[in-house]
Amino acid sequence: MRALSILAAVLVLVGLAIVTVPAISPPPRTLAAPGEEQLAQQGAALFARSCASCHGSEGQGTEFGPTLQGAGAASADFQLRTGRMPFTEGAGAQAKRKPAAFDDQQIEALVAYVASLGDGPQVPEVTVDQALVPEGQRTFIGNCAPCHGATGNGGAVGGGALAPALDQATPVQVAEAMITGPGQMPVFGYDQHGLNAVASYVDYLQHAPHPGGFAIGGIGPVPEGFVAWVLGMALLFVIVVLIGRRWTAKGGDEEHVP
Amino acid sequence: MLRWLDERLGIADWARSGLRKIFPDHWSFLLGEVALFCLVVLVLTGVFLTLFYVPDATPVTYEGSYLPLQGQEVSAAYRSVLDLSFDVQAGLVMRQVHHWAALVFVAAIVVHLLRVFFTGAFRRPREINWLVGIGLLLLALGMGITGYSLPDDLLSGTGLRIIYSAAISIPLVGPYIAFLLFGGEFPTATIVSRLFVFHVMLLPALLLGGVAVHLAILWRQKHTQFPGPGHTEHNVVGKSFWPSQVFKSTGLMLLVAAVLALMGGLVQINPIWSYGPFIPTTVSAPAQPDWYVGWLDGSLRLFPPVEFTVLGITVPAPFIPGVLLPGLAFTIMTLWPFIEQRFVTRDTRFHELLDRPWDNPFRTALGVAALLVFVIATLAAGNDVAAIIFNIPVEVMTDVLRILIFVVPLIGFALTWRVMHELRRDDRVGPARPPVVRLRRTPDGGFEEIEASD
Repeated sequence: MRALSILAAVLVLVGLAIVTVPAISPPPRTLAAPGEEQLAQQGAALFARSCASCHGSEGQGTEFGPTLQGAGAASADFQLRTGRMPFTEGAGAQAKRKPAAFDDQQIEALVAYVASLGDGPQVPEVTVDQALVPEGQRTFIGNCAPCHGATGNGGAVGGGALAPALDQATPVQVAEAMITGPGQMPVFGYDQHGLNAVASYVDYLQHAPHPGGFAIGGIGPVPEGFVAWVLGMALLFVIVVLIGRRWTAKGGDEEHVP
Repeated sequence: MLRWLDERLGIADWARSGLRKIFPDHWSFLLGEVALFCLVVLVLTGVFLTLFYVPDATPVTYEGSYLPLQGQEVSAAYRSVLDLSFDVQAGLVMRQVHHWAALVFVAAIVVHLLRVFFTGAFRRPREINWLVGIGLLLLALGMGITGYSLPDDLLSGTGLRIIYSAAISIPLVGPYIAFLLFGGEFPTATIVSRLFVFHVMLLPALLLGGVAVHLAILWRQKHTQFPGPGHTEHNVVGKSFWPSQVFKSTGLMLLVAAVLALMGGLVQINPIWSYGPFIPTTVSAPAQPDWYVGWLDGSLRLFPPVEFTVLGITVPAPFIPGVLLPGLAFTIMTLWPFIEQRFVTRDTRFHELLDRPWDNPFRTALGVAALLVFVIATLAAGNDVAAIIFNIPVEVMTDVLRILIFVVPLIGFALTWRVMHELRRDDRVGPARPPVVRLRRTPDGGFEEIEASD
């Protein structure tokens, strides 16, 4: 089921990419290695072409998109690198992870521009450390697992919102999401240590071995029940039919008990 | 040696007739045996697990080999299951085989129950064994619920919280029942050791005793059989226990064990290390019970949250979907042989021959409808997981299921009713043949009908 859903997700993403990439048509990248201010200027040009229609010419926000003044570099970096922006899912839908529409240099430019619009959280620096995994686990189970699931497989939040799976989130993106609270997610105001711990545990989940065999989703009894019936009971059913079949000619050596 | 035994116990005649017990030749009679052999695997693996499990909720520090929990405070029970999973030779595979065997055990019981229901095997004189069987099903569910809760992980703690809430929701007596079971207000330190006593002593004793009674009655009353040449209401036709059935059953037992070992060895089940230790202030999601309790959870999820007061007594929201409706469903199922005898067929004769499902279309259609209600309620327990898979809001999913749980069983009833009636007619008069029409070609190329002569 996991493989199927991944395949489905890939197909959807490929489809989206085919549909959306020509429509957005980012301008060709410039060759000069620019400084912070130049970056912001470049970003402004890109912003005017690709973002302003929803977020407003100055990032002040419109009825189609929220204000970005004070969103900060972390928010822009998260939204652009996870492909959630540009938003292509249609009105009322939730922005989903997809391949980034811009290249690295363009993203840096846009991030610099959004950061220049007002004070907001900077792109955090995150260190993944094995020693922090237990602490991260405790925080994760208490504060992240209720929506994202104990193994970070994602979950339904209500009101149509889905907490996404965390299997592709990089440590920096995990920290960015925590300090900016994208979409329905609340802001978690952890310090550097706390960010490192949670990012370390998410990284552990992504690379952890699966003791006990195929993880079948890691979400507990729903897939387990299906496997019990579709693999276990079905197999035993076939065995029962084979064993219970009449192997002798009809009425062969049957005994009758009056 | 045998002679020595027989001289003292005088059991040769008894054993000889026992060995000649007749087993009718139909695969569906083996379904109950699958459940029996799952039980054998459950007892064997369960004994192994009992050697390492610690039924104690005292907080301790985990120092085992699973990195994310090192240094954390967990209950002694949870730690013992972690140690069993990571630091005891073959511990994890034993745990997994035990848990898979539990899931398949109840599945086999349900399939066996369906066989008995749809073939009318519960009719007179076998009502007693139907009651014993329902008792065994209840005990199996009790074993499942208590076993699921023993590891003291976050998921099972959530399950216990729901059970506590359902118990306390019973008007008037609820709080007393809940406190009696849990020894106080949830969460209690005593619940783990109480569950342990239930899971390894009380319920298994009743379950194994019940199985003995179930089989003894079967032995005494003899098997039923499907209608066939030489099969009458006064005989049993089949193969004798020795040698035919002994080999079949032994083979089946080994294959059941093999399938369960295969599942336990290859497929992960209940990764309690991922869920984390039970912390009263935390709830994890998605949280589901094992499949056989899903219909109760689904009932809670589908039923609108209504709470009302009658004569000054408040009826809390979980009572109707969590206690009343399931209780009603189980009561009807338990009493079905008597209900059918009294109100449906008015048939009080003795039966050794089974019904084919189409021999009693009403019973079959009703069974299909009830089964569909059960299936949809079970699916509803996974409404949040389904919402992710189908990528629709969980509220929409719930509303869709609320409609389906009424519509699908009705359609199922009507369709089954119709098909069973046609099968019954075919069975009696043979399949309907199209009327014969004779045609004559006219000289100008047209056709005209000749009056049929038959």
